[in-house]
Amino acid sequence: MSTMSLRGLSKTFGNFQAVNNLDLNVEGGEFLSLLGPSGCGKTTTLQMVAGFVPPTSGTVLVEGEDVTHVVPEKRDMGIVFQSYALFPHMTIAQNVGFGLEMRKMKRQALKERVDEALAMVRLSGLEDRYPNQLSGGQRQRVAIARVLAIRPRVLLLDEPMSNLDAKLRGDMHVELRALQRRLGITTILVTHDQVEAMTMSDRIAVMTGGKIAELGTPQQVYDKPVSEFAYRFLGQTNEITGEITSNDAGSAKVQVGSISLPVKVSESHQGTSIKLFVRPERLRIGAADGSAVKGKILTRLFLGGIWFYDIDSDIGPLRISAPNLGMSPAEEGETVGIEWNSGDMQVATSELANG
Amino acid sequence: MSNKRIDQNGPVALTFHVLLTAFILAPLVIVIVASFSDKDYVSMPFDGASLRWYREILETPELIQAFWLSIRLALTSATLAAAVAVPAALAIARHRFAGRDAITAFLMSPMMIPHVVLGVAFLRFFSIMGWTGSFFALVLVHALIVVPFSLRLTLAAVIGLERDAEHAARSLGASRFVAFRRILLPLIMPGVAGGWVLCFIQSFDEVTMTIFVATPGTTTLPVALYHRIAFLSDPVTTSVSAVMIVGTVLFMFALDRIVGLDKVLIGKK
Amino acid sequence: MVDASPRQRSTPWLLSLPSLLLFVGLLAVPMALTAVLSFHVFEGMRGIQTAFTLSNYIEVLTDGYYYELFLRTGLMSLGVTVICILVGVPETLILAKMRPALQGTFFVVILGPLLISVVVRTLGWQILLGRQGPVNSALLSLGIVEEPVRFLYSMVGVVIVLTHVLLPFMIVAIWSALQKLDGQVAHAARSLGAGPITTFWRVVLPQLMPGILSGAIIVFTLAASAFATPAIIGGRRVKVVTTAIYDEFLTSLNWPLGAAIAIMLLIAIVAVVLGSNRLVERRFKQVFS
Repeated sequence: MSTMSLRGLSKTFGNFQAVNNLDLNVEGGEFLSLLGPSGCGKTTTLQMVAGFVPPTSGTVLVEGEDVTHVVPEKRDMGIVFQSYALFPHMTIAQNVGFGLEMRKMKRQALKERVDEALAMVRLSGLEDRYPNQLSGGQRQRVAIARVLAIRPRVLLLDEPMSNLDAKLRGDMHVELRALQRRLGITTILVTHDQVEAMTMSDRIAVMTGGKIAELGTPQQVYDKPVSEFAYRFLGQTNEITGEITSNDAGSAKVQVGSISLPVKVSESHQGTSIKLFVRPERLRIGAADGSAVKGKILTRLFLGGIWFYDIDSDIGPLRISAPNLGMSPAEEGETVGIEWNSGDMQVATSELANG
Repeated sequence: MSNKRIDQNGPVALTFHVLLTAFILAPLVIVIVASFSDKDYVSMPFDGASLRWYREILETPELIQAFWLSIRLALTSATLAAAVAVPAALAIARHRFAGRDAITAFLMSPMMIPHVVLGVAFLRFFSIMGWTGSFFALVLVHALIVVPFSLRLTLAAVIGLERDAEHAARSLGASRFVAFRRILLPLIMPGVAGGWVLCFIQSFDEVTMTIFVATPGTTTLPVALYHRIAFLSDPVTTSVSAVMIVGTVLFMFALDRIVGLDKVLIGKK
Repeated sequence: MVDASPRQRSTPWLLSLPSLLLFVGLLAVPMALTAVLSFHVFEGMRGIQTAFTLSNYIEVLTDGYYYELFLRTGLMSLGVTVICILVGVPETLILAKMRPALQGTFFVVILGPLLISVVVRTLGWQILLGRQGPVNSALLSLGIVEEPVRFLYSMVGVVIVLTHVLLPFMIVAIWSALQKLDGQVAHAARSLGAGPITTFWRVVLPQLMPGILSGAIIVFTLAASAFATPAIIGGRRVKVVTTAIYDEFLTSLNWPLGAAIAIMLLIAIVAVVLGSNRLVERRFKQVFS
């Protein structure tokens, strides 16, 4: 249950600022994901934590101990790589035992620890196979067993699921999360897959441009993000541009075309132009008469569990998703009313990574 | 209309292929056939078959000596080349540093310089240094000209390797050296070994450069053969050549069994 | 990844050190000495003098004999290169269409001779191409020629044998270009209405060009540097640059002149390689990078 802190961590490659003055605290036993598109600095951050890339500035602390300049082999961190990085010339048992061997563990104790780690990932009996005799999912379990065997202070996962097919990935999310909870091991996951981050994490740090744009529980970062980036990056969103016509202690009126919408904004909101965000699933289709906002259905898409409607509305193009409850859907070309709960039309409040 | 698959070779293509195969094999086959002649000069066709030119090899100590010298030379120079090329390949593949491209070009340059020019340069150099006739000096220059082969195959092996395996080893507690010895070296071994074999063959077969610096005491088998072919019509050259062809073929079969010939020949992974 | 800690900055140099020592001591120094040697005065009776002169280069550059020598070598290499392309392209395509097992076998047949000493291969051709050799016997008995063709000590013979020696390099180069080619492009062209010949000219060949050009550079330079084959098959009648250098060094013993010719050969080859690389980069960079 080790805590970890990153303080002012930066990395510059030539002119490229990969990671920019990053601060992050990870609680003991917490599962934290660094989520972002490629090039956002998440992998470089992980590499600095692991000790493969020296930071340009800043420190990495594990339980208060500064490990910034400690060589990788002395950090006691377990890393599961995207490629799994199994040693192809060693058996499964030798792979899993490698870290223990480096720690000069006696043969008998080593064997027990290897058996225990393999049992944890349900791979007992495959000790004498070689990595290329295993399936992708099995290889990944070996990679996990190999790091669990050394009982690391921190577990680092670098896009560990991206080489698995969708079904297997879903199963591994559940299994790995359960294992992590049971062992209570502090974990950092690097991923670009938001479903993965949301299903597994206690908290998610959404990264862009080498900085953390959003930090919170999965529900916080999805439902109430503070940055425009998180609105756009996580799930789908409708973006509406309007003008603030009045702001009465945070209760503002926003004029979009001919419609005036009531929106909660910060009291100090400056300027008149404003961007509003609303998730497709928070919009509802209703009867045309009686709704303040109306629109014409341009395209209708069936995705099995849900329907998507692309609508040309009074407040601009909107996408609405509706659960498939077995009722007959609205038709293309139909004019419908559009409704939502007042709190669902939101404004990004953070300055970071806006625009 | 026939519905012939467009991905198959037609009769014209196959005829071309057969003729080309004959063209490629003809000189090798003819040497082996001619080696069984009983005439006193190199001849094809001939009337009586005999093994006299094979007996002749055993009675020509210069050829036996040249053979063993070539073997020793190829073994030592291929090993020396690997010893200097493998660390250089690691530096080039694993580090970004000023002068990296220049070093690569420098180490690959013996492939571009005509061997005649190298022969001339070494002849001059040896005569100034008093190294003429030294086996050790011959080893050094042979190592030099085969380094590019070792470098190229080792580089391909290192570059084709993800760094993740080494990183995994480091994070599991292995030092840089242990990660190199236990993980990287075993994984690049096929490339290193393939390079060594290629270097051995290149050194063993080298004639153009060696001919300038070979002395009676340091004559390699190809140089000895060259002199006998260019200036005499000595049938023992056919039996020696036949032995070399058969030896090479056997060697190739062994190699194919162990590492796969395509890896060595076209650097396939 | 960039490793930048001070300890690691010296690591690549330490790793390269053994090879650099070998190369500076046994390549840079001897090449420099040869360059210096080419400027020394040579006198027939007294050998190499300490005085310096440009006369060796002036002789090479002005004497028609050397001009012809370099021209002959260049034409010979060009001829070998062209034949290797004309034979190598169809053969590579044929190989590509073979079943994998057969393909492997013929790769060994075609590339295997690379592992056999060039002296041995040249000896085989010396026997084959002799006045009463099998090739002439076949040509006579088929009535193609009236009297034996002179292959030995002729340019034709040298070109035939060098083609045999260097063809594998061309095939390897084209093969590696072919590997990058998406097998479905030919199918796409055929389904769009192109016949097999149009498909070859317009779709397949242009994509093989980088391989053909890099093969051509290799074959050309190796042909121009070849020694044993022109020496044995061409003899004194068909002198090329390499055999001329050999004669200056080991027969005439005029080392400075031999060194000057060697330096000129090196310069010519480097110029050809760099020039063609520049051409290849300019023409194909956008498409194949």
